[in-house]
Formats: sequence, structure tokens, C-alpha cells
Amino acid sequence: MTELPVVDTSSPPAEATLAARSHPDLILGEHGLCPGCGEPVALRLLLEVLQDLDVVSRAIGVVGHGCYGSFVQIMDVDVLQCLHGRAPSCATGIKRVRPGSVVFTLQGDGDMVNEGLQEVLHTAARGENVTCVLLNNGVFGDTGGQQTATTVLGQRTKTSLQGRDASTHGYPIAIADLVAALSGVAYVARGAVSTPAAVMHTKKLLRSAFEHQLAGEGFSLVEILTMCPTGWFVPAGDGPGYLEQSMEAEYPLGELALRSRS
Amino acid sequence: MAELQLLDGCTAATEAAIAAGCRFFAGYPMSPFTGLLESMSRRLPQAGGICINAESEIEGVNMALGAAAAGARAATGSCGQGIALMQEAIAEMALNETPVVVFNMARNQQDYFQCTRGGGWGDYRTITLAPKDVPELVEHTQRLFWLAERYRAPVILYGDPILAQTQVGVRIEPRDYGPLPSRDWILDGSGGGTGKSRQVWTWAMGKVTNPGPGPDGQWRAIAEKFDAVAQAEQQSESYLVDEAEIVIVAFGTAALFVTHVVDELRSEGIRAGVFRPITLWPFPGPALREATRNARMVLVYELNAGQMLDDVRQWAYDRDAIRFIGGVSIHTSGLTYGPLLDARVIRQRVLDAGAETGVTT
Repeated sequence: MTELPVVDTSSPPAEATLAARSHPDLILGEHGLCPGCGEPVALRLLLEVLQDLDVVSRAIGVVGHGCYGSFVQIMDVDVLQCLHGRAPSCATGIKRVRPGSVVFTLQGDGDMVNEGLQEVLHTAARGENVTCVLLNNGVFGDTGGQQTATTVLGQRTKTSLQGRDASTHGYPIAIADLVAALSGVAYVARGAVSTPAAVMHTKKLLRSAFEHQLAGEGFSLVEILTMCPTGWFVPAGDGPGYLEQSMEAEYPLGELALRSRS
Repeated sequence: MAELQLLDGCTAATEAAIAAGCRFFAGYPMSPFTGLLESMSRRLPQAGGICINAESEIEGVNMALGAAAAGARAATGSCGQGIALMQEAIAEMALNETPVVVFNMARNQQDYFQCTRGGGWGDYRTITLAPKDVPELVEHTQRLFWLAERYRAPVILYGDPILAQTQVGVRIEPRDYGPLPSRDWILDGSGGGTGKSRQVWTWAMGKVTNPGPGPDGQWRAIAEKFDAVAQAEQQSESYLVDEAEIVIVAFGTAALFVTHVVDELRSEGIRAGVFRPITLWPFPGPALREATRNARMVLVYELNAGQMLDDVRQWAYDRDAIRFIGGVSIHTSGLTYGPLLDARVIRQRVLDAGAETGVTT
């Protein structure tokens, strides 16, 4: 019998300690989401960008309903937790009365594309100078893995056990592409948090979106594909691979709209 | 003294709102509320404010919620079905404590339950004022902005087509209703990065470094707040009720018609009086009980199938003395009152009810 090496687990490995220490100042505590979840990575990017742009003391977030909703407890930013789907409307009210503030929404696919499709489309078409951040994992994570409007064809969920079939469940909505086609939109991009390279790229996309808001150019949207191994019923470590194989084919990454109204 | 201006109710409410500090309005057209949206969109920008022609009632009310959370005196409005669409947000504002004035420029009096009971979720109430005429609409509008901020809650003005469209001479000047609580809760962004960032959230769980009361504590506190409002903010008007044999209960414009009828009956020796709830919620129950102490008949006149009737049944001194003389009466257009809102019809119904019990002959 092979003797296995004894690993000292009394303290985290050096790399983990380094990562923990370098978290942005705006994260007040640990998230409570599942292992392998992509949403905390996206939150971190968002908060790092606010800090990099030096807008922390005038940032106001509007957070919708999903697993990421619990982030309102660990984000050191002024936050309105709003009704399901209504974040773009609330953000509109905030930005109109505080034009000097930097206003963003944080929404999932269930929040933005199911419940609040009308809100995000009208807010984009009005050219509201706010930034909407969509965390798209193609599933209702918070309620345990049901089909959303962005669930890709063939994906198994608790309400499409044989996989999403267009003849029964219809087709997924590529919201970023839809929004990119609207006048009034300054910037639309789609990123992911499945690999270190994708993470760094997504941070650049977020920064660009907020730069457009700071320049007063109109509506911006960044869709971020996030892993949900729990809701996808795959092992935590398989999340990134599943995301690349199933979601990126339907939702290609990159900048979809980049224009200045001026 | 401010100059006397000839204004319709929608324009008067707009001017009153501006005088009360309103600087944000969002709404979706629906008649007779439409006139208010139009006058707000004309006047608010001139006053340094913002008016958005929202793409739906749901978006309008949530824009107002956002504006209020960011510290603006904000309002929205609609009527009937449009207010129904707003119920989720009205409940949310009650539970996350954002002060917004909701103008229900209703088509009739069938929104009484909607205003006073609400269609949203949770243990909340909405202060609802029902003016009888345009000057009172002005005063109520100004008071509602104060009440919303005083209690950090959504509040409702219950108007109607007659109030919305009738031109009346009014004076609009700022009114002082007393001190307001601190506004240190508003979201202006300045909390970011301080470790004390702010949060507006129905569940009120706070930040991990500064936990809030959580849903149990928050919702108990909200319920207690509305208990206190119920005690403190009841308003009513009694007219000739002392020694009245017949007390007629009516609200809003309908109460004006009833008052006219009572004056006529008095001149004929019939001892009638009027009790008018000004706050529909909180319902002025103790005052109604007192006003009906000596009445042989308590008549309820409202332009619906009997909604306020529930509250009258709860509070009248003698429940057996209650008779309902109102009813559903809608103009063929569906947009305003039908023929039941008529002094002659009301008079006949009062006399018929009185004859039935021998109070009138």
C-alpha cells in the first residue's frame, strides 16, 4: 500500500493566503455562495473597477434578486436592493436625481431577462446614463436550478429535465445582442469568468462600461457568463469547462456595441 | 398672501407638489390621471425637477422609488388598473421605507379597498387622503409630501375626475407641517468605502460589519409604525351631526353632494348631518362612533358596491342603524361617475331610507 503524503491543513496554502489578503477593500466579508460559483468573481471585478476609477464615494448600486442578492451584505457601497427585475427603473430614478453619481445594477438572467426584460430594454432605449451588469449563468440558481430565458438549448434544468427543447421551451434570448441593437446605447459587451484570461478581459469590459457612463455617453451593459455548477448539476471543478462548451457557443464573448452619442 | 389662481385640479396638484419640494415624477398616461402627468411634464423641468413619461406604471413607480431612495421628493400616479400594477412597489416602499406620494386620480370611488387595504404583500398600510374639492386637494398634496417623509412610507392621494378637471380659484403657498426626521438614510454614494455604506432593503439585514434588524425585526417595526400612524393621523369632518337623526357618511367629491342635500333637508326640518372621513386610512373610527352616537340612521353613500361600508360597520355606534344608499354608477365612457352622483338622487335615497324606519315621512 502506497504511503500518501501528509498534508498540513492547519493553515491555508500560501497562494490562498495571498489571494485572500489582496481582496479589494470594498468587500466586507466572505460570500456564502456555492463552491465553483462565478458570481463572487464578477462581484470582485466590479468592485475593483469602481476602486480603480476612484468613484467609490459616489457609486450607488441597485441589486436584484438571485444568489448575488446576498452581496448587498458584503459590498461596501451604498445599495438599494430592489424588486425582482426592476433595477434598471430604480437606477433611472437614482441617476436622474443624482447625475453626479455612478449608478449600476447587478442582476442575474432570471432578474434581467425573465422578470425585468421590459425594464432593461426601455432603460437602454432611453439612453439612461447607467451601467447594468448581468450575471448570466442560464439558470435560476437561487431556487435550485430551473430554466430561465437564457438557458441554452439542450441544457438540463429542473423544469426541462430532458434538456431545453425549442419546440417545448422556446429559444434563449441573447439579451446583450438585443440591447446592442438599440439607439441610446453607448456600450455593450459580454465577458466570462471561466478562466484567468477571461476574468482579466471582463474587468477591462467593465471598466470600459463605467468609462462610458463617466463620459455621459448613455446606457452601458456588461453581460458576464458565470459558472453555476450547482444549478448545472456538474462537479464544481467542471463549471468553467461546461461554461465554455455550452454557453459561449450561444453567447460569444466580446464587445457588441461601442459608440459615442456625441 | 399668494395670488389667487384659476387652476384645474391636476395643475393645482402639480403646483402644490412643487411648493412641497417635489422634484421627481414618473407616470404612465391613464385618464383622468393623464392631466397630472401632462402638467408635471410641463412644470417640473421649469422648477428644476424631472418628469419621466415612463413606459409602464411598473417602471414609473420603481423610478419614483429609486429617486426617493436617492433623496428626492418623488411622486408617481395613475388610477384603477394602473395603481393595481403599482401595488408590488407600493408594498415594497412601505417595507423598505422609501417616501413616495402616489396620486390616484381615480375614475370613481371603486378604488377604496385598493387604497386602504392595498394589494401588495406584507404588514403595511398606506395613508390615504381624499380631498373634497380643489383647495383641499392642494392642501392634501402638500401634507402628503410631509407625511411620506415623516413616516418614510408611500402615501396616496385619492382624487377623481371632478377634482382632476374642475377649475377653481386657489392660492398655493408653502406650508410648514413641522420638523421632519433625519435624512441620513438616503443613498448618495458617500457611504462607499467607509465601512458604513448605506442600504435600502426590505429585508434590512444590513452589512456583515454592521448587521441590521433583519426581516423579523424590520417587519415588526414597520407594523408598529403603522399602528402609531393609525393613532396619530386620523382626520375627519363632521357637519351638523350633533343631535342629527340621520348621519350620512361619504368621502371625497361625493361628500360635497351629500352636504348640499343635508342643507336642503335641514331647511325642511329634517335633522340630517354629514360625517366625512378625510383620511380613508387611517379611518377615523372613534370620530365616526362619536358622530353617530345619537343617530337613528347611519347612511353610507359611496360610488361603489359598498367598500367604505366595511369600515363604517366596524365603527358606527349602532351597527343596526346602518343603511347603504350608494352603489356602482359609471358613465357609459367608463371614465367617470354615472347618474347616481346627483343631489336629487341622493336626496330621494335619503328620504326613502328615512321613510323605511319612520325617521322621515
